[in-house]
Amino acid sequence: MQLKADNLVCSRGGREVFAGLNFSLSGGEALVVTGRNGAGKSSLLRMIAGLVHIAGGRLELDGGEADASIGEQSHYVGHQDSVKPSLTVGENLKFWARYLGAGERTIDSALQAVELAPLADLPAAYLSAGQRRRLSIARLVAVPRPLWLLDEPTSALDVPSQNRLADLMRSHLAGGGMIVAAAHGPIGLERARELKIGPS
Amino acid sequence: MTAFTAIVVRDMRLSIRVGGGALMGALFFLIVVTMMPFALGPDLALLARIGPAILWLGALLASLLALDRLFATDHDDGSLDLLMMGRMPLELAVAAKAIAHWLTTALPLIVITPVLGLMLNVELRAMGTVALTLLAGTPALTFIGLIGAALSVALRRGGLLLAVLVLPLTIPVLIFGVAAANAAIVGPAPFGPPFTILCALSLASLVLGPVAAAAALRHGLE
Amino acid sequence: MAVIDLANPTRFLTLVNRVLPWLAAATVLLFAFGLARAMNAPDDYQQGATVKIMFLHVPAAWLSMMGWGLMSVAALGTLVWRHPLADVAGKAAAPIGAAFTFICLVTGSLWGRPTWGTYWVWDARLTSVLVLFLLYLGVLALYWTAEDPGRGSRAAAVLTLVGAVNIPIIKFSVDWWNTLHQPASLIRMGGSAVDPTILWPLLIMAGAFTLLFFTLHLAAMRNEILRRRVRGMRIIQAQEVRA
Repeated sequence: MQLKADNLVCSRGGREVFAGLNFSLSGGEALVVTGRNGAGKSSLLRMIAGLVHIAGGRLELDGGEADASIGEQSHYVGHQDSVKPSLTVGENLKFWARYLGAGERTIDSALQAVELAPLADLPAAYLSAGQRRRLSIARLVAVPRPLWLLDEPTSALDVPSQNRLADLMRSHLAGGGMIVAAAHGPIGLERARELKIGPS
Repeated sequence: MTAFTAIVVRDMRLSIRVGGGALMGALFFLIVVTMMPFALGPDLALLARIGPAILWLGALLASLLALDRLFATDHDDGSLDLLMMGRMPLELAVAAKAIAHWLTTALPLIVITPVLGLMLNVELRAMGTVALTLLAGTPALTFIGLIGAALSVALRRGGLLLAVLVLPLTIPVLIFGVAAANAAIVGPAPFGPPFTILCALSLASLVLGPVAAAAALRHGLE
Repeated sequence: MAVIDLANPTRFLTLVNRVLPWLAAATVLLFAFGLARAMNAPDDYQQGATVKIMFLHVPAAWLSMMGWGLMSVAALGTLVWRHPLADVAGKAAAPIGAAFTFICLVTGSLWGRPTWGTYWVWDARLTSVLVLFLLYLGVLALYWTAEDPGRGSRAAAVLTLVGAVNIPIIKFSVDWWNTLHQPASLIRMGGSAVDPTILWPLLIMAGAFTLLFFTLHLAAMRNEILRRRVRGMRIIQAQEVRA
């Protein structure tokens, strides 16, 4: 499986953010996108997810499902956590698992993976920012999808949770998955390639 | 279909749990209808004559104003991004949200209609007819309003913009809804034709609304 | 026990648990007595047996007003003295007051059917009660919508006091609106002196309703305090699992 970007162009509000971007990523590899604020890191991730219009160039996922878009085969963790405060922790995860097309069998193990299992019946309103972020990450474990798009995944997480996330990412890569992450600093992966975009 | 029912169940849960959201529409309806006699005067004969019209206007405003936050909350917390990345076509996801909204907002409103009808001195039998026309017509209001809700979230503006965008589109529903209600109560025109047109409007918007709303959301992406 | 001690919710809970069964028993007894007296009261020469609706309608109307009065005092307690039990008292009173107002409207409407020939007329009294009901629902909606209970109760306290100032104005304007449109054509209640055979059961029923109000109110306050404790425990539970 391979994700290929060929001469990608991104423009927002009439302004060109980046142009002529090329990269390719194979199964088991991680790509860390770096660059200054406004260089287009988040836009690139949203573009791969199918949430931002591709202004030029091509983006392909070889070896994926033929009749599904790239967005439908990827997970996106953005700046917001997509957590509803009035639903319980379990209900939040269960909804995304059902919507994104997985059964409910994986719910318990996913909550355990992010160490939220004891809070499954608590309304999410009581969670701290870090706990909400972890609940958001639990989705990636509950529903298997080959490509993870992570925008500053370590923000709001303390050091033990960051290590836990790194473990999850490593096992995803070991299973042949791919990760594209936008970050300012290291995200805890030793063998990640770096893609620097925008003016330095 | 499980992704579809997942949305319906989640949205109904949310609107029941968050701030009595489901009851707010019915409450607004009650207040609007109560305000009318203060403007028109407490003449029961007059109220009975224009009662169906008052109820229809109240239901129209209540069901549209409640639509304002339909996509806005999902947009604010990032859920809308994920909804767009599902396997299910966005049109269906949007339709599921509209159905949940209709069940939690329009249905309570129709249920309290007979009580409000009593206050406007509309006969009990006529009340059933008005409730029936609302049952047939409010899906059209919800699904037309869906387009406005999607546009207002794509433009990142809410509130009155929604009403300005959508109210003109609901004119046919209002015309045939009130016509059907009046035909059944005072005559002499038959009830059948306007009521069938009302049902047709609802069915058409059931298809058109989600398609247009999904398109608006996709183009709101940039 | 000094009044100041009651500010402590734990002491208050102990007191409520001790008082509540007695209060409930007194309510039941007074209701039994009042209803028996009311059933034996003579029928009205014009309205017949339907006049007995009055024994439910008038006390409910009186408590709908008292409920708002109690909420206003509680609102002052919340805003001025920041008394810890005041917002609990206000929040607990709102749905009960709304329920009594609703009973008043329903009984009034049922009484109106045989008397006026219709379930509803836009009579000044009924309309004022209806507006009061809407104000109650507004306060309730505010409590429902507020995510943070502290902020919600301060907002509701402000709304309650605004309502208290506005109720006489609304009452006056509704009277004015009504007489403008409809010269007195309806039966006036309470115009003449009330006969003692009716007055006594009415007073007993009013007492029974008042006791019922306070029984429900104390129980609701207890529930609200417990609900807030559950909330506090959930916050602690979330904190104990590593942040």
